[in-house]
Amino acid sequence: MALDEVKIGGMGASRLRVEDNRFIRGKGNYVDDIVLPGMLHMEILRSPVAHARIKSIDVSKAWEVPGVRLVLTGEMMAARNLAWMPTLSYDTQAVLATDKVRFQGQEVAAVIADDPYIARDACSKIVVEYEQLPVIVNPTQSMAPGAPLIRDDKEGQQTNKVFDWEIGDKEATDRAFEQADVVSKLELHYPRSHPSPMETEGSIADYDRATGKLTVFMTTQAPHIIRAAVALVAELPEHMIRVVSPDLGGGFGNKVPVYPGYVISILASILTERPVKWISDKSSNLISTHFARDVYLKGEMALRKDGKILGFRMHTTSDHGAFFSDAQPSKFKIGLLHSAFACYDIPNAHMVAEGFYTNKAPGGVAYRCSFRVTEGMFFQERMVQAAADDLGMDQAEFRRVNFVKDDDFPHRTPFGFLTDSGQYGKCLDVGLEAIDYKNFLKEKEEAAKRGKLLGIGISTMTEPLGAGNSREYDILGIKMFDSAELRVHMSGKAILRTGAKTQGQGHETTWAQIVAHELGIPADDIVVEEGDTDTAPFGMGTYASRSTPVAGAAVAMVSRKIRAKARKIAAHLLEVSEEDIEWELGRFYVRSNQERGVSIQECAMAAYSNVPDGMEPGLENTSYYDPPNLTWPFACYIATVEVDPETGVWDVLKFVAVDDCGVRINPMIVEGQIMGGLTEAYAAAAMQFITFDEAGNCIGSNYMDYLLPTAWETPGFELYEVVTPCPHHPIGAKGIGECATVGGPAAFVNAVLDALKGTGVRNIDMPLLPDRVYEAIKTGKDISGAPPVKVD
Amino acid sequence: MSSLYEEVSTAPASDVPVRRVTININGENRTVDVEPRLLLAHLLRQGLKMTGTHTGCDTTNCGACTVLFDGRPIKSCTMLAVQADGHAVQTVEGLATASELHPIQEGFKAEHGLQCGFCTPGMMLAAKALLEENLNPTEDEVRWALSGNLCRCTGYQNIVKAVLWAAEKMRAQAGQE
Ligand code: FES
Ligand code: FES
Repeated sequence: MALDEVKIGGMGASRLRVEDNRFIRGKGNYVDDIVLPGMLHMEILRSPVAHARIKSIDVSKAWEVPGVRLVLTGEMMAARNLAWMPTLSYDTQAVLATDKVRFQGQEVAAVIADDPYIARDACSKIVVEYEQLPVIVNPTQSMAPGAPLIRDDKEGQQTNKVFDWEIGDKEATDRAFEQADVVSKLELHYPRSHPSPMETEGSIADYDRATGKLTVFMTTQAPHIIRAAVALVAELPEHMIRVVSPDLGGGFGNKVPVYPGYVISILASILTERPVKWISDKSSNLISTHFARDVYLKGEMALRKDGKILGFRMHTTSDHGAFFSDAQPSKFKIGLLHSAFACYDIPNAHMVAEGFYTNKAPGGVAYRCSFRVTEGMFFQERMVQAAADDLGMDQAEFRRVNFVKDDDFPHRTPFGFLTDSGQYGKCLDVGLEAIDYKNFLKEKEEAAKRGKLLGIGISTMTEPLGAGNSREYDILGIKMFDSAELRVHMSGKAILRTGAKTQGQGHETTWAQIVAHELGIPADDIVVEEGDTDTAPFGMGTYASRSTPVAGAAVAMVSRKIRAKARKIAAHLLEVSEEDIEWELGRFYVRSNQERGVSIQECAMAAYSNVPDGMEPGLENTSYYDPPNLTWPFACYIATVEVDPETGVWDVLKFVAVDDCGVRINPMIVEGQIMGGLTEAYAAAAMQFITFDEAGNCIGSNYMDYLLPTAWETPGFELYEVVTPCPHHPIGAKGIGECATVGGPAAFVNAVLDALKGTGVRNIDMPLLPDRVYEAIKTGKDISGAPPVKVD
Repeated sequence: MSSLYEEVSTAPASDVPVRRVTININGENRTVDVEPRLLLAHLLRQGLKMTGTHTGCDTTNCGACTVLFDGRPIKSCTMLAVQADGHAVQTVEGLATASELHPIQEGFKAEHGLQCGFCTPGMMLAAKALLEENLNPTEDEVRWALSGNLCRCTGYQNIVKAVLWAAEKMRAQAGQE
């Protein structure tokens, strides 16, 4: 009889994670845990200054340190044509500086030695003479006339501009503004932050001269993209490169790009003919690897008195640091930021984006974010609250009036996205009920009489998760599909490999659940492997919440291919024609007699021992899945807070999260993703930012300056779900990993500003540090920009 | 001597001072020659090949390297190996027996208290120190006890639940004895 899907760990089961078995025993296998025979250790010398010409580098003293095997400088890299590398955004980035350093923390030299302590000793013996140049730390300085040219290495580059980009219908939008009763405006800064996974970046390059093969163990979320990049940079043929991404201690977008350290370790291994390990320390990681955000957004909204939004205009000025090395789909310069306002039915919109170079670390990476949507959605929900206030309308009602309605799907946004499903009104209702909206408004009024400041903040949004489809989305021209390969053994146990790469999301657990759902093979009988380019099918990796939408779909599709073949085998075993066969979970049976059937395991055995004439033996297949569209989850986050007017400290009273990510494969894991994401949202709203002083010194190079919330500060979250299956995904799932980080910050910030409503304060830029909130209350004025650097 | 730490001391011995230390690690005495500047975390990871203890920062903030030092949680990235001479160190490798997980390990799995697993060993040891003093902690007490350990994945809520789960099981076990 059909199997009980929950019992076999299929879809919808909160199956406990199989990867935990090694992690709780301390038996994870992270890059730094790997030791290869004869392995050397590499340390990178970084620039202490943000902008300077290199006059000389003297490495002679470093060579004298016993145990040093190699010292590398930009000049030596240049001799091998490796001083620069291409970025994932069609720019170039210095591997080791030759001419200038362009940000504090830039890679200047590297020492390879017998152990990491010696490498570090030797690094400190390298003498670099710098001639300091004027430093640019924000786009305003960058665009000022006469600003020093940061990228004088690039032919034809006359200014510090990275790009100009525009989308939407300007004239139609202008007309909408002419018809508006009210025009609402908002300007804000989404501060620079760092994804900061607990594990830093690192690699072990192992070049074998005898075979010509290069193996690189590394912290990458996208091993196949890295292999392509290494092939390009190192001019090695692809089949001679094996990239292995073992267990990752988190990624959050920070482990997508190619970092100079990887490239240097590869060359070092080629030159020393020994494996070379490079593990970045946290300070280096925070100052030199990809940051996120750092966008100035301004916009206005054309409103009708009854609350209808007629159109909006947006302008973004983004700070890309010294090298444009975001990993963005090549068609879209500011990622998918233009998906902002997608959950609202707005007929007209226009957006202009400008990007600038500065003397800061390169980046703009998608930190738990589908290519810059975080900045867009934050602006959206701050703008929506400001507009509701300007209209004197209830903020929940204003959203409801403008939501795309359940039966208006598919819906085309003014910037061309096609949203395809959702129940926005229902999600909002669930959220309002959970927070007890009406009562809270009363409480708030009463508290105000006693001089207490209570506030409620709502954030509702749909966002595009799961890049591709391949028509529109590519990285460096590589189309954004994904893949899965399933091999069912004779016993009916199986191994599944995908082109994605888990970093804590639990693929080893959930992918097996999809196979269990499709084939009835118990999840415990399926091993999942990812991250080794020699064995995994080609895929684009895991970021932008794309694993479930794309690789997860491929897992379902490959399982269906296996089932199709098994059906033929079943017909052969049951001696009936294929048309007379029915499927129920785990077995095929003869339509006319349900008792007569064969299990999927029996089919697997027969695939190797008794196939029908003319059929190839074996039971394995591969699927490359190119999604027809992005997936569009929806979220409604509501926070209530109390602000202490005497200190500016704000406490979260309650937080409810309603997520509609379609069908949930493993509810426990989905909820884990949401809680993790909400914590990062709280971090952004409350404390987490990286800033720079005038000299370009990074303030935020360690966890004392760059604050991540601990268990003590982090509020509790209440989770709710609504399920609107994705219409085009084979199992109806949508992405979820980042929704909370994207939609969450606005809920906190809106709540604090709601509490401050009577004070005349319209905006406080994140993070809402107590002193900034206090100052806003006392002065009644907005607080803009990154918090000033305090010198004490 | 049960193990000689070779990785770190391969530079010519002449100018590198070496100290011989004996540390009780997970119940077993280990004697090693170390450079005085060697951090305990590095001795564990590289010298003794016990890679369950992680290093997530270089400023004593993240707690990924937490081990129990004579029963107290300490950050092993901020202690020299020579300081541990004559003391007892417990690492994640010492939590489970061959046949049985420690209730804290079980709790982390049962309550989905980990995602990438990088902070997990340190979290579990910090939790163990708490539960050894207080088998009936409140949620706030758990949050406070873990506030020296950062997790970037979970949002802590499930970690707190995991510790409470373990506390309950340990209380039940204590009751039976
Ligand atoms: S490694 Fe971060 S506190 Fe020790
Ligand atoms: S589980 Fe990844 S840092 Fe805690």
